[in-house]
Amino acid sequence: MNKESALLAYVTRLGDNALVLGQRMIELVAAYPELEEELANANLALDYIGQARMFYTYAAELEGQGRGEDDFAFLRDENEFRNLLLLEQPNGHFGDSITRLVLFEAFYLAQLEALARCEDARIAEIAARAEKEIRYHLRHNTQWLVRLGDGTDESHRRVQESVNELWRFSGEMFEADEIDTIVEKAYGGPKLEELQKRWLADIDAILINATLEKPQDTGMASGGKAGRHSEHLGYMIAEMQYLQRSHPGAAW
Amino acid sequence: MYTQGLDQKDKPAAAGQGTETPEQLEAFQARIDAEEKIEAKDWMPEAYRRTLIRQISQHAHSEIIGMQPEGNWLTRAPTLKRKAILLAKIQDEAGHGLYLYSAAETLGVSRDQMVADLLNGKAKYSSIFNYPALTWADIGTIGWLVDGAAIMNQIPLCRCSYGPYSRAMIRICKEESFHQRQGFDILVSLCNGTDKQKAMAQDALDRWWWPSLMMFGPSDKDSKHSAQSMAWKIKRFSNDELRQKFIDVTVPQAEFLGLKVPDDKLAFDESTGHYRHGEIDWQEFLDVLAGNGPCNRQRMAKRCKAHDDGAWVREAARAYATKHTAKHAA
Amino acid sequence: MSDQEWPLYEVFIRSKSGLSHRHAGSIHAADDQMALDAARDTYTRRSEGVSIWVVRSSQIVASDPAETAAFFDPAQDKIYRHPTFYDIPDGVENL
Repeated sequence: MNKESALLAYVTRLGDNALVLGQRMIELVAAYPELEEELANANLALDYIGQARMFYTYAAELEGQGRGEDDFAFLRDENEFRNLLLLEQPNGHFGDSITRLVLFEAFYLAQLEALARCEDARIAEIAARAEKEIRYHLRHNTQWLVRLGDGTDESHRRVQESVNELWRFSGEMFEADEIDTIVEKAYGGPKLEELQKRWLADIDAILINATLEKPQDTGMASGGKAGRHSEHLGYMIAEMQYLQRSHPGAAW
Repeated sequence: MYTQGLDQKDKPAAAGQGTETPEQLEAFQARIDAEEKIEAKDWMPEAYRRTLIRQISQHAHSEIIGMQPEGNWLTRAPTLKRKAILLAKIQDEAGHGLYLYSAAETLGVSRDQMVADLLNGKAKYSSIFNYPALTWADIGTIGWLVDGAAIMNQIPLCRCSYGPYSRAMIRICKEESFHQRQGFDILVSLCNGTDKQKAMAQDALDRWWWPSLMMFGPSDKDSKHSAQSMAWKIKRFSNDELRQKFIDVTVPQAEFLGLKVPDDKLAFDESTGHYRHGEIDWQEFLDVLAGNGPCNRQRMAKRCKAHDDGAWVREAARAYATKHTAKHAA
Repeated sequence: MSDQEWPLYEVFIRSKSGLSHRHAGSIHAADDQMALDAARDTYTRRSEGVSIWVVRSSQIVASDPAETAAFFDPAQDKIYRHPTFYDIPDGVENL
């Protein structure tokens, strides 16, 4: 794989992560536990959709075939999506949502910080913008994880289950493949083993603060980065793409 | 957005009166007549307070329930730009609900109480949200007609005599100015699009036109305490005046889109400068208000479920706060 | 399970450096940090602020509307506190 193709694949993955997570979040609109949290989550989801648009727009430019952000979002099949499995898992309860966000954002923030210093100017620019957004997200969501972990017996039990259930998807974030390696070497992109060290330290501290136990690394799952998804993604993509697919070529 | 003259269902406003002296009432009316704003802790007649609580909380509930028909299309919005805009709009509705609950809280009712009244069916919300959003064109039409009707209702409320309500409405009207435009913009795209898209737009107008007219509430001759609300300057124009104004501005917009308003009696009257229109089916309005619209049960079930599902989260946050405040104090 | 609402907070926003914080509205939150986040997400969605204060509504001490006259009327006849009270002779400048 040449470095240009690796960069395109890398940027597309960033877009896919943002869109798939954003889409899961907006499924919950009008169903959050309190009105204030409804507003908070709309802000977080808007950030993700905005990031997806920026990454896809850049991916389309790198590809150079006259496609745009919506072609990437609405006209690729599910096996062309390269998002992490963690992000496509169906929504459960509020504790599941918060846990997913904390596990991912503790990684994503470190990834964005590294990308903001990389040698590709466009990625660096987008990452610098997204980094500010995710820094706020992580702060907000970490507080929630601590409240739930250290709240009532029921909330502690529920959110510990969330951590136990979602933990097995966390390893995929740090599995370096050819694309990660080329972007690291050719563009000064993030070193995944370094991100993992930092992530483990950050997550350890958060879990201790939340009085939660760190699960064992057992039955770890991966495949999303290579386009091998769970069954869940297909439904999400079908729903999301339905108008574009049923009205080929129409403008909206 | 979305106040509606729902007050015909309630007891007469006089029910709350008791210990108020004619002098107090007269002094209060004099303040209103002098266009003074009434603030939260000021003396006010009990009926004024109750009328406001009812109206503001209904308005807030409408914002919250109003998130559902549009939320129904968030995951299916056809472009990322449209998805982001729609999400921002729905978020505004949550925000507007929040501002309005806050305004009502200044009158001495808790948000918990208002939410309980909504969930147990005691409080009403705008009938318009009991209609289904069936196609993407409905999202455009809701923005254009429903927000359009809402704005017509709300602009006079910025001058309402009750300060906290008036301030909330000023903020809401400012934020909402993009809502109607984004709806119209969706319809412009559809009407300039394929035959299927245009048919989708016409179908949406056919279904939303009459319910939108009903948003202004019952006809003046059937609206029971409009007069008192007008005297208190809670309300500035009658239901029929606002409805007429809405029709007059909206019909030319439909013509611009190349869509046909589904009213055979609709005609411009040169002598009055207004459009004449056909009779509104008030039985349908009453049926929807009584809980028998196409989506009443669905909307309430979703709201109740969200509230119930969130109980352990709200409780956890309270427990956490109590623990940690106790620690600080120790 | 008791389901009692989160406390009410008042929100004050500084719209830009150099200006005072101004009352923007209120929100409910279980704790102070949550109140700050809720204020940010509710009242600065359109870049309305660069700084936020939140305070428990129950902590605000307010004057009583029933005493408005006693509180504020006495200031009304002190018109000599305002520069317009004074006549300046013609020809005098920089005063």
